[in-house]
Amino acid sequence: MLQLFRIQRLWRTHALKDTYDVVIIGAGVHGLATAYYLAKHGITNVAVVDRWYVGSGASGRNTAIIRSNYRTPEGVAFYDESVKIYEHLGEELNYNLLFSQQGHMTLAHTDAAINGLRVRAENNVLLGVNSRVIWPDEIARLVPAMDMSANARYPILAALYHPPGGIIRHDAVVWGYAAAADRMGVHIHPLTEVQGIGRSNGQVISVKTTRGEIKTGAVVNATAGWCSTIAKMVGVDLPVVTHPLQALVTEPLKPFLDKVIVSATLHVYVSQTDRGELVIGEEINPYSSYSNRSTLPFLEHAAEHTLALFPCLKQVRVLRQWAGLCDMTPDYSPIMGEVEGVKGFILDVGWGTYGFKAGPISGKMIAELIVTGKTPDLIRPFRLSRFREDALVGEKAAAAVSH
Amino acid sequence: MSFLISCPNCGARSVYEFRFGGEIHDRPPVSASEDEWTQYLYARKNKSGPQEEWWYHRAGCRTWFKAVRETATNTVIETRWP
Ligand SMILES: Cc1cc2nc3c(=O)[nH]c(=O)nc-3n(C[C@H](O)[C@H](O)[C@H](O)COP(=O)(O)OP(=O)(O)OC[C@H]3O[C@@H](n4cnc5c(N)ncnc54)[C@H](O)[C@@H]3O)c2cc1C
Ligand SMILES: [Zn+2]
Repeated sequence: MLQLFRIQRLWRTHALKDTYDVVIIGAGVHGLATAYYLAKHGITNVAVVDRWYVGSGASGRNTAIIRSNYRTPEGVAFYDESVKIYEHLGEELNYNLLFSQQGHMTLAHTDAAINGLRVRAENNVLLGVNSRVIWPDEIARLVPAMDMSANARYPILAALYHPPGGIIRHDAVVWGYAAAADRMGVHIHPLTEVQGIGRSNGQVISVKTTRGEIKTGAVVNATAGWCSTIAKMVGVDLPVVTHPLQALVTEPLKPFLDKVIVSATLHVYVSQTDRGELVIGEEINPYSSYSNRSTLPFLEHAAEHTLALFPCLKQVRVLRQWAGLCDMTPDYSPIMGEVEGVKGFILDVGWGTYGFKAGPISGKMIAELIVTGKTPDLIRPFRLSRFREDALVGEKAAAAVSH
Repeated sequence: MSFLISCPNCGARSVYEFRFGGEIHDRPPVSASEDEWTQYLYARKNKSGPQEEWWYHRAGCRTWFKAVRETATNTVIETRWP
């Protein structure tokens, strides 16, 4: 019985060594997954540094939706690999991630939106992703609590239904990767802020932190909302603008909703957790900012739009709301890989409002890039130089409702 | 955090009356190289700290103006006509 109350540390604390083979900046899902897959390749002299606590960035603040029903072939193939890893990740990390593949539904309230969803469904099916357009009778059967009346302000005409999509316990994913990386010898250093990156002849040689200087030949920028501030340390301006994104949870209710519901027209998405709370998200704040404080207008809009879909929730109380930072890119796709002219500086950024689901596959691919020195095919479309080459990967249609 | 912006014409109003126009950066000359145009079109300073930016008073006098805002706290330091 006393065992239950024993404090169990998931990862150890270490003195900061003066040399590491790889320094990963950012202890979110991306940084920690990269460290874990590097360790699986046998590279364990690795530090993951974070200026605050593990999971203090967007990885501990997101709405935990996982899906692969994107729009471009590059995007669909990439995110689907991540879903496949998530399906066995709890087992692999020996940590309960509460992954619930309950299904994901994107609503259409206009004819134009139906056409957009049809394109996505076709692209998805061609790439082997389970995804199809469904109509009001089936929607009503799957989500009986939703207002399907034809005289609603924005009647629901159709939906893109993606059965393998779902929700996971985001904190558990972060902790699971951290614990597994720690077991294999990776050093995790919270409260260690990076202040500068040293270079010599175009090659990264050191990282300056608030706890001392580290010599290293490889640095991974996995700082999401803060990635521009790190890139600036090596003289690079990224195509990124940081916007806050907010979310809220309600008090717990009896289980009544077992699908993730998304409406681009109403700018809202809703899911119910295993604890019964509703998790509700909206769009990014309409101005850039590094402030993590939440706002009243968000609460008002989210409540109004949720009630448009679920009038039955009128009396439900909100428990709390919060905000996180999102590194938005012009095409709503990430930026991964090396940077011309700065050897040893690797980007895993541009995760915007959709990067949690990509943590596992990104970590795996960035680790492979470091080990082999070659950019894996799966992530080549997301290289930084795509902007100069006019080869954007436009995912706005599938990613603008923020999850 | 939600905040107020002082339109040079109308005075202090909720940020939700305005449209954010992004950080201010200079357009390169026509003769600029492809790299310079790429930088202009896509790269951003995205500064954490005082940032010079464009705002448009959408639900008011409908004019564009400039502001300096501390992006870490959303404190608006200054607003002025372009
Ligand atoms: C409200 C909200 C809802 C979201 N919903 C979803 C969703 O449903 N599905 C989905 O897939 N994605 C979602 N996202 C996006 C997703 O959360 C992020 O894209 C993802 O978590 C990014 O992970 P990361 O590891 O790259 O960065 P983060 O988790 O943000 O970690 C970056 C870390 O870098 C650290 N750092 C910054 N500067 C420094 C420095 N100078 N030195 C050292 N460390 C530094 C920070 O402290 C932070 O811990 C959502 C985001 C938000 C905010
Ligand atoms: Zn005005």
